[in-house]
Amino acid sequence: MRQRSLVILTSVLTTGALTLTACGSRDDKGGDSNNSGGSTTTLTIGVDAPLSGENSTTGLGIQYGAQIAVDDANKKKLVPGVTFKLKAYDDKAQPATGQSNATAITGDKTAVGAVGPLNSGVAQTMQQVFASANMVQISPSNTAPELTQGKNWQTDKKRPFKTYFRTATTDELQGSFAADYAYNGLKKKTAFVVDDKQTYGAGLAKIFNEKYKEFGGKVVGTDHVNTGDKDFGSLVTKIKNSGADLLYYGGQYDESSLITKQLKDAGVNIPLFGGDGMFASTYIETAGKAAEGDLATAIGVPADTLPAAKQFIETYKAKGYKGDYGAYGAYSYDAATAIINAVKAVADANGGKVPTDINDLRSKVVDAVQKSDFEGISGKVSFDEYGDTTNKQLTVYQVEKGEWKAVKTGTAK
Amino acid sequence: MNTLPQQLANGLLLGSMYGLIAIGYTMVYGIVQLINFAHGEIFMTGAFGALTVYFYILPDGTPMAVAVPLMLIGGGIVAILIAVGAERFAYRPLRGAPRLAPLITAIGLSLALQEVVRNFYPGADRARAFPGLDATHDLGSITIKDADIFLIVSAVVCMAALAYFVRKSRTGRAMQATAQDPDTAQLMGIDTNRIIVIAFAIGGFFAAVAAVAYGLKYGNVDYRMGFLMGLKAFTAAVLGGIGNIYGAMLGGLVLGIAETLASAYIDEIPGMQQLGGQSWANVWAFCLLIIVLLVRPQGLLGERVADRA
Repeated sequence: MRQRSLVILTSVLTTGALTLTACGSRDDKGGDSNNSGGSTTTLTIGVDAPLSGENSTTGLGIQYGAQIAVDDANKKKLVPGVTFKLKAYDDKAQPATGQSNATAITGDKTAVGAVGPLNSGVAQTMQQVFASANMVQISPSNTAPELTQGKNWQTDKKRPFKTYFRTATTDELQGSFAADYAYNGLKKKTAFVVDDKQTYGAGLAKIFNEKYKEFGGKVVGTDHVNTGDKDFGSLVTKIKNSGADLLYYGGQYDESSLITKQLKDAGVNIPLFGGDGMFASTYIETAGKAAEGDLATAIGVPADTLPAAKQFIETYKAKGYKGDYGAYGAYSYDAATAIINAVKAVADANGGKVPTDINDLRSKVVDAVQKSDFEGISGKVSFDEYGDTTNKQLTVYQVEKGEWKAVKTGTAK
Repeated sequence: MNTLPQQLANGLLLGSMYGLIAIGYTMVYGIVQLINFAHGEIFMTGAFGALTVYFYILPDGTPMAVAVPLMLIGGGIVAILIAVGAERFAYRPLRGAPRLAPLITAIGLSLALQEVVRNFYPGADRARAFPGLDATHDLGSITIKDADIFLIVSAVVCMAALAYFVRKSRTGRAMQATAQDPDTAQLMGIDTNRIIVIAFAIGGFFAAVAAVAYGLKYGNVDYRMGFLMGLKAFTAAVLGGIGNIYGAMLGGLVLGIAETLASAYIDEIPGMQQLGGQSWANVWAFCLLIIVLLVRPQGLLGERVADRA
């Protein structure tokens, strides 16, 4: 009896799975016929970011930032005869998921480019996929230097992928900006440095560590945590015992908000200083009062203070989009706009029509993005020979009365 | 400053939490020889039950002294309902089936519970703030906060109550009998189905107590919190000797203290710097498990029973 129900169950499951697969392939075909048959061409821009789970607050800011850029372009008919469509992919901050999303985006025959991802570690697995498909990828937030300048970026800069660009500046600048502010601005002479061993966090902590010592500060201890850890009792006791004036954390808010809370619960009232990975309202929501006085560097200047971003923020709020536009929304908007402008440049050079061969279009868009030069909402958008933004502004934020307040804006050296 | 007392306290607190959750694994295993891998998620739903009581049922500004007992009750009810529901609808139909079937069911159930909370509980797709008990006390060189006191006190009270219940009460003795030999116990007139339900319910309630303590201590809860805690508690149960309730508590404490001390001191040993620190805590914890199992395969307090494991 049990055997028979097992057989029935298996066949139901198999049928279900087959049906789902069939749905998937039908969708793809639908996209194809749209492209060749319609009078207006629909071009897709993929956006990949963590839309659920860890980092999703900032991830959703990226998704909707790009969404507004696409809506604006369509409303203004920026490229005549072309309607842009945004397709969002959730990478859950997992490198493997990012890679399969990249494969899905490049497999979409209407896709011209992609915005994202949020995490540097995810970007590492996606770069090759986009390079093979010759499709442009612009990240609004990746800050790991090796993504654009190669593994040996400190000694020998070499661009690994010519399809990869970013509107964010690098950790090299962010780490040294933080070290400068910690030592010269806050006058904190000893620091404890912790990271989460991820590409982003470990890189950031390493640069901070080096630069802070160069300025004359003393690093009294280092440690590493695992992402997903919840109990930092042992680490907190070590920090307390080290007598550090400041805790520098390289990583995301998921862990740093818990660390700062447990640190202050243990009676250690030193500020936690981090990178843009913890610059999100969620950090304050989860850490509560413990977040007060903590600092974070973020790339660019605050979205709220950008005169050109006013309209963007109003739209974002009016549409009631979830997530946090503060950190990368404006950079995501500019990243999507760079792709759209590139399509326009390609169309203009081709007598007002976009090339019908998608591969031809994609490779021309890559070249056009490289030549980008326009005023975005985050400032001037253009890329250097490595694909890095030429807009190297950074801001230090501090938590004051439960909100991130900009305390110092500057250009990194 | 000598950090050892503080680190031991940190380990003891973490270990009490592991121990409370481990009770659920060990009781269920002791009676039905099932590893209930969904137990970590029962712990998680207990936390969300308590959160619901605090945010959606109690009026704003309820003093914590009133709120915490009500949160315990709310979290306990949710966790018990889910634990008992899991037993009734997911495990009981498979009671006679090969071992692998209920194990796979448990894993499926654990994923299902996570996704249900993530999708249907408001704001649960990321960490949700949980009210904390953050007032701190200095006892010599040790700093602890109210949530820590709550955790220790509730762990001691729960363990003492459980020990009394299992040893002295009629149901407790029936439970021991069922664990020894379910078939004979049934022949002696014990309603084994009822005993199994009670084992699940006690495990669920203990998980809810741990979940409330977790929320009060760390200040936030999320839908994935049960995964790692469940895994650690399962390790603690195995370490202490699965099937033995005192073993579960001891295993929890040993695991918590070992983890804390490893992350605190191993990097101070010359030449071991690369292998120390917080990020290696789990590695050392599992090394300890392997060593204990090599020397005492039945766990610290486990009995040598040939036909189990």
